[in-house]
Amino acid sequence: MSDTQSPEPKGAIAKFLAASPDSVGKTIFIAVAVCLVASMVVSAAAVSLRPVQEANALKDKQINVLQVAGVYEPGTDVSEAFAAFEPHVVELSTGEFVDDQFDPATFDDLAAASDPELSVALDDDPAGIGRKALYRVVYLLRDESGELDKVILPLHGYGLWSTLYGFIALENNGNDIYGLQFYQHGETPGLGAEVDNPRWKALWNGKKLRDDAGDLQITVSKSQPAAGPDFYVDALAGATLTSVGVDNLVKFWMGDAGFAPFLAKLQAGDF
Amino acid sequence: MSQTKREMLVDPLVDNNPITLQVLGICSALAVTSSLQVSFVMALAVTFVTSFSSFFISCLRNQIPGSIRIIVQMVIIASLVILVDQVLKAYAFEISKTLSVFVGLIITNCIVMGRAEAFAMKNPPVASFIDGLGNGMGYGLILLLVGFIRELFGNGSLFGVTILQTVNNGGWYVPNGMLLLPPSAFFIIGLIIWAFRTWKPNQVEEREYKIQQVEAH
Repeated sequence: MSDTQSPEPKGAIAKFLAASPDSVGKTIFIAVAVCLVASMVVSAAAVSLRPVQEANALKDKQINVLQVAGVYEPGTDVSEAFAAFEPHVVELSTGEFVDDQFDPATFDDLAAASDPELSVALDDDPAGIGRKALYRVVYLLRDESGELDKVILPLHGYGLWSTLYGFIALENNGNDIYGLQFYQHGETPGLGAEVDNPRWKALWNGKKLRDDAGDLQITVSKSQPAAGPDFYVDALAGATLTSVGVDNLVKFWMGDAGFAPFLAKLQAGDF
Repeated sequence: MSQTKREMLVDPLVDNNPITLQVLGICSALAVTSSLQVSFVMALAVTFVTSFSSFFISCLRNQIPGSIRIIVQMVIIASLVILVDQVLKAYAFEISKTLSVFVGLIITNCIVMGRAEAFAMKNPPVASFIDGLGNGMGYGLILLLVGFIRELFGNGSLFGVTILQTVNNGGWYVPNGMLLLPPSAFFIIGLIIWAFRTWKPNQVEEREYKIQQVEAH
């Protein structure tokens, strides 16, 4: 690029560079050229860094499964500890394992949600997810004697700005909550992003999903619902819409459209 | 060129600091300064973006049509920001999660646009690069100062290393929880501005109006 414009430009390129930048032709040329170069740089970076990013995301997801089940300490060998979890693919409508149809280790239930063969569009969509995969991956954690200890279920739904992706860990009775944790979201730092706050996450510990009559009662709200303190998680201050989103998504995934058939089988002792 | 290169680099640190004098880039300064490590990465990211965007824009400055110059600047800045975001996601995943949307929001950081429009469009590439570097560092300096105070007194640690053992962990220090919330950064930045202007009185702006004593008729 020339800082001083030469008096007699020679050749097509020099003439072009010396031309007034405000001509229509040059405006269009610069716009196209800048966009082209910028998009090439951006896509090159995105494509070349994707494998590393995906490995990070996978490890992060595994760490979150470990954390929600309460077995993660800093320094834990993630892949080794994660091997203790039994992944299974569950058909949501029946609650049955369909591990013979899909490999639980590689089945991507979030990608399945956009595959017309493996998902349905939702008419009644409180969680704001648009489409629901028919199959989801759950993780079972057994104690040393092989008895079921905890079950970890994935859930996601829309908050204020973003879809929150997370896990809920239930005790082996399929009703008591051990923990809830989101591994990916884009909520406002300091407000909605407080879903990551350990003190708020600790509120979920020991809560129950359903009352004795079998009705789903768990609620995230500002004041305690009629069902009582066992079913009540205090909403996040300053993050009403994120709290409503979490309330909706927990109800959706624990309800009949979600894991209710699976949890019924779990309570019957099928696994 | 009235300024030497050294002045371009050092001026924005105190004398013409983008946060304390120009009061730009406050939004992200509030959001990312609750820990020193995150402040540090954010400072690096902004410094990288301001210096390189100024450099590239300055390279093109004689060719950029006046009618679309802001858009061209935005495209260059946005590409650099995406580059930073992608690299952070690949090599500093935990930090990129904490920074979340604020890396993307560097695009809208007034400092970057301000330097592109006010300096890089009128000056040669190397000078623009140094100017961008200086301003990024001026921003980073305040971020680190705020992050230092907030993490030390809000969390009892620096760069995640415990300095003051907090009560929750069996120590003696009762952390000031307010410092972990965004408003505290407002107070700290305000105090820093006060300190800077006491130290360098020529930064004090003239009053727009004065309360005067008038004799009653």
